[in-house]
Amino acid sequence: MIVLGIETSCDETGIALYDSARGLIGHVLHSQVELHAEYGGVVPELASRDHIRYLSPLIQQLLAETGLRLQQLDGIAYTAGPGLIGALMSGAALGRALAWSLGIPALEVHHMEGHLLAPMLEHRPPAFPFIALLVSGGHTLLAEVTGVGEYRLMGQSLDDAAGEAFDKTAKIMGLGYPGGPALAKLAEQGRREVWRFPRPMTDRPGLDFSFSGLKTFALTTLQNLDTSASDYQQQLADVARAFEDAVVDTLVIKSERALREAEAQRLVIAGGVGANLHLREQLAVMVQRHDAELFYPRIEFCTDNGAMIAHVGCLRLLAGETQPLQIAARARWSMEDLRAPEQVEK
Amino acid sequence: MKLLALDTATEACSVALYVDGEISQRYRLAPREHSHLILQMLDDCLAEAELKLSQLDALAFGRGPGSFMGLRIAAGVVQGISLAQDLPIVPVSTLASIAHIQMQQRGAMRVLAAIDARMAEVYWGAFINNNGLPVLQGQEMVLPPEQVPIPDTEGWSGAGTGWGSYADLLVRRLGDHVSTSQAEVFPSAASIAELAVVGLASGEQGVAAAQAIPVYLRDQVAKKAASR
Repeated sequence: MIVLGIETSCDETGIALYDSARGLIGHVLHSQVELHAEYGGVVPELASRDHIRYLSPLIQQLLAETGLRLQQLDGIAYTAGPGLIGALMSGAALGRALAWSLGIPALEVHHMEGHLLAPMLEHRPPAFPFIALLVSGGHTLLAEVTGVGEYRLMGQSLDDAAGEAFDKTAKIMGLGYPGGPALAKLAEQGRREVWRFPRPMTDRPGLDFSFSGLKTFALTTLQNLDTSASDYQQQLADVARAFEDAVVDTLVIKSERALREAEAQRLVIAGGVGANLHLREQLAVMVQRHDAELFYPRIEFCTDNGAMIAHVGCLRLLAGETQPLQIAARARWSMEDLRAPEQVEK
Repeated sequence: MKLLALDTATEACSVALYVDGEISQRYRLAPREHSHLILQMLDDCLAEAELKLSQLDALAFGRGPGSFMGLRIAAGVVQGISLAQDLPIVPVSTLASIAHIQMQQRGAMRVLAAIDARMAEVYWGAFINNNGLPVLQGQEMVLPPEQVPIPDTEGWSGAGTGWGSYADLLVRRLGDHVSTSQAEVFPSAASIAELAVVGLASGEQGVAAAQAIPVYLRDQVAKKAASR
């Protein structure tokens, strides 16, 4: 079964082709990062406008690159939520109409389910069950994954997502937007333990996160720096390091708790912050202590992409799931509303 | 000539099929339900005519101005159909459609079409009746009702939701230039189909899927960090 996947939930237009027999056939991505950088954040209306411009050219580009024709598709999967409603609607309208025009089934895919199962696109896929740490600009959560569609939410951020905290703190530090990766780069030059930031919510039981206080802490710390000092750049790097250490430590502590609580042997990292090398290193050290294994998708599938949507769509379409003749898009969609696909008699 | 048209730019959601001079239409006033309705309406329209998408020659859609979300639903849907069936797309102005309907239903010779653009503005276009077809005078624009251009002549007919939301302001601005106005006029797929067919007959080519994008008119939608 060959499935076309369409992702437009935020500021990346992602298109991919996934074959149940061969795996990922190809994928293309258009990132809007530069478009939104001028505005200091994602402008939803501009994101939507960009999606509707780039969707068709990207689909045609991918078909040309892979030598496939639309008539060879068996299904179309598109991100229906959660995300920016206007952005979602662009991909949903095109994807659902394309499926209808081709006379093939379409499926609405949950964006986070795409991320959770993205490590399964790699050569060494994790077996079920596993603990998933999903960390991105929009989400931070821990879930126990026992099968496709079987997700138990163990904890999540009560305020800012980890990636959001990175970007906001980077903005405070004058690193532009989205500054998360720049902050991480600056942190590499920082010295350990010059400053010590709190590890929010680690002093109490539970697996929820709270990162909004860290940016305030960073701001207060920065205000105490002497901007005219000759080593000001070093001091900035030290603050970046302290901030990153706090986020990484917190994520590692909670992931370790989740592993223990679920008595799991495998930890999966997904989402844009999963590309952070420091986080990967620290998690690797932690899982080793537990004789557990760590899995993550390649960097380009940590951030939003069409491949993860095509993949989940294919799994569920294969199980016989379908969707009525409607364009589905919803800004909010709880992951806990997802169910395992039921095998449908064909 | 067989052409399928759709429009989701305003509160109205409509699809129409033009088959060798005959037009059939499905039309619903259903704000915020367009995404749920549009594909089923298209499917029903084709089924009733016992036609398949592969028998069509072209597509048309209301390219705006109108609700940003609505415009992208229409654009996304026509792009999807066009990619699958390799059909040309004719983008049609929603203001022209409103003017066209006002000409057809009321015999108006000059129409000032206005769609409520929110934020105290209207989408605006002036059209003259040329053998039943609307011909745009000047440009379509988005602006406050207090600033709409005053026509040189009298006897204009107002049409569209802008004439409901900003009736007082528009009447104050335009005075005797306008003799009548109707707010309950929405663009329709039937009108869009007819205008698209006329366009094709007069040599218009239609565009490929990638070029079927909305005309928003309102392009200043965010402030850049530097200009804050």
